[in-house]
Amino acid sequence: MRIARKRRIADRGFTIALACCGLLALIPLISVVWTTASRGLRRLDWDFFTQSMRGITGAGGGALHAITGTLLITFAATLIAVPIAIGTALWLVEYAAGSTSPVIRALARTVRAVIDVMAGIPSIVAGLFMYAVIAVTVGPGYRSGLAGAMALVIIMVPVVERSGEEVLARVPSELHEAALALGVPKWRMILKVVLPTALPGLVSTLLLGVSRIIGETAPLLLVAGFTDSMNYDLTDGRMVSLPVYVYSQWQNKGVDAAAYDDRAWTAALVLLAGVVLLHGLARLVVRRRNQTR
Amino acid sequence: MTIEIENLNAYYEGLQAVSDVSMSIPERAVTALIGPSGCGKSTLLRCINRMHEIVPGARVGGGVRLDGADLYAADADPVEVRARVGMVFQRPNPFPTMSIAENVLAGFRLRGERLSKADSESVIERALHSANLWDEVKDRLKRAGTSLSGGQQQRLCIARALASRPDVLLMDEPCSALDPASTQAIEDLIAMLRAEHTVVIVTHNLPQAARVADRVAFMATTETGDGGHLIEYGTTDEMFNHPVRSATQDYIAGRFG
Repeated sequence: MRIARKRRIADRGFTIALACCGLLALIPLISVVWTTASRGLRRLDWDFFTQSMRGITGAGGGALHAITGTLLITFAATLIAVPIAIGTALWLVEYAAGSTSPVIRALARTVRAVIDVMAGIPSIVAGLFMYAVIAVTVGPGYRSGLAGAMALVIIMVPVVERSGEEVLARVPSELHEAALALGVPKWRMILKVVLPTALPGLVSTLLLGVSRIIGETAPLLLVAGFTDSMNYDLTDGRMVSLPVYVYSQWQNKGVDAAAYDDRAWTAALVLLAGVVLLHGLARLVVRRRNQTR
Repeated sequence: MTIEIENLNAYYEGLQAVSDVSMSIPERAVTALIGPSGCGKSTLLRCINRMHEIVPGARVGGGVRLDGADLYAADADPVEVRARVGMVFQRPNPFPTMSIAENVLAGFRLRGERLSKADSESVIERALHSANLWDEVKDRLKRAGTSLSGGQQQRLCIARALASRPDVLLMDEPCSALDPASTQAIEDLIAMLRAEHTVVIVTHNLPQAARVADRVAFMATTETGDGGHLIEYGTTDEMFNHPVRSATQDYIAGRFG
C-alpha cells in the first residue's frame, strides 16, 4: 500500500517536472515572437516595403532594398546549391549505393564524410572562406550579392543533400524494378520515376534549406557588404539582406535612435514571418504527401 | 516466342542461386516454376528479362534464347530485352505519381516513345481489356493508379506490361499479396493470356500451378551452397499425377518445402 502510494507520488512529481521543462522551453519562444511582433508592428507600414534607406538619416525609410536583397541572394544560392545537393544525393543513393566497385564505395564514403564536416562548419567560416576565395581571384575589395550567395551555398548544400538523400532513399525499390522491367534506361527511370515520386519530399527539403540560409548574417556581412540603396544586380556592388539590415540598424544608430530600433524590429518581424511561412509551406507539402500515400 | 534456357548459372555476390538449368519453354502456353523457398525459381525468372543483373554483384553464366536470339550475346542490350519481355511482380507496383491511363502507357512514356492521342487511347483500351480490367476502370482512367484495390492494381500492372506487346510475360508470384477473389481474377486472366502469350509464372501455390499451367518445372537445391537445380520438368498432368523423381513426389505430396 505504502509503496504504491510512494510510487504514485514519484510518478506525479516526475510528470509535473517534465511538463515544466516543456513549458520552460516555450517561454523564450513565446517571448521572442511577442517582443518581435509588438515592437515590429510600429513600423510595419507601406513605406517599409516600398522605400530603401537611401538618404535617410532619421525616421522614415524602409527595407525594400534589404527585402529585394534577401530574395535575390536566397534565390541565387538556392539555384546553385539545390542542383549540386540533389545531384550528389542522387549519385549516392542511385549509383554509389548499388556499386560493388571499391573505388566508388570509397569515394561515396569520402563524399559523405565531407558533407558531414560541411554541415558542422560555422557560417562565419563559410563567409571567411568565400572572402578569401574572392580576395585571391577577383580582388580584396569586391563585394556582391553573388559572393554572398556563394557563401550561403556552402551552408545550404549539406543541409539539402542530407535530407534529400533520406527522401530519395525512401522511393520504393519496387518502383525502380517496375520501370527497369519496362525497358526504361536507368537515367530516364531516375528522371521520370524517382524524382517525381520523391518530389513532395524534395520540395520540403528545399524549403528547409532556404529557411536555413535566409536568416544568415555573418557570411553576408563579410562578402556581400552593406548598403542603404537598392541594388538589383547580383554580380556588381554591395547588396544588403534583411538580417544584415537588422544588424546595421541596431549597430549604427543615428541621432534618432528610436527610428533605427523600430526599423530593426520590423525587419526582424518580416524575416520571422517569412521563415514561419516557409515552415508552414513545408509542413503542408509533407502532409499532402502523407495523405496521398 | 519459344524460350530456350541453356546451361544457365546465376550468382549473387559470392553465392550461387541457379545451377546449370537447361529447359525449353513453349510459346503460347503457361509454364509454372515451382519449388521450395530459396530454390532459385525467381532468380531463374529474372534471368529471362535480364533483371537479375540489376542486383549489385549479381552475375549470369550460360544463355537464354528467345526464338533463337541470345539475350546474353555481347551485343544484346538489357534495356531492349526488358522492353520485349514483360514482367509482373509479387506486389502490385503501379507508379503512384501516375493515373490509371498513364500507368498503362508508362512503358512508352518512360522509354520516351511518343504516341498519338488516338494510338494512346487504343493502347489503353486494348491493354486494359487484355488485363480484364477495362469494365471496372473505364469511367475513372484519370484517377490515381494507387486508388484501385490490390487485385485491380495487379491487373493494372499486367496491363502496363501487356501495353508494350511483349513477346513473353513473366510473373513472379503475382497472387501472393492478394486475397482469394483477386487471385481468382488473376488466374482467369492468365487462362485468357495463354491464347496469345508465352507466360512464365513463379508460384508457391501448388494448386494454382495445377490450375493455370500447361507445363510445370520443379526446382530444388540438392546441397546447400550449390544453388537451385531443375529437378523435373513436364506437363502439368505428368508432374502432378505421375512424377518420376522422388524429390518431386515428396514436394507435390507436401512432404518438404
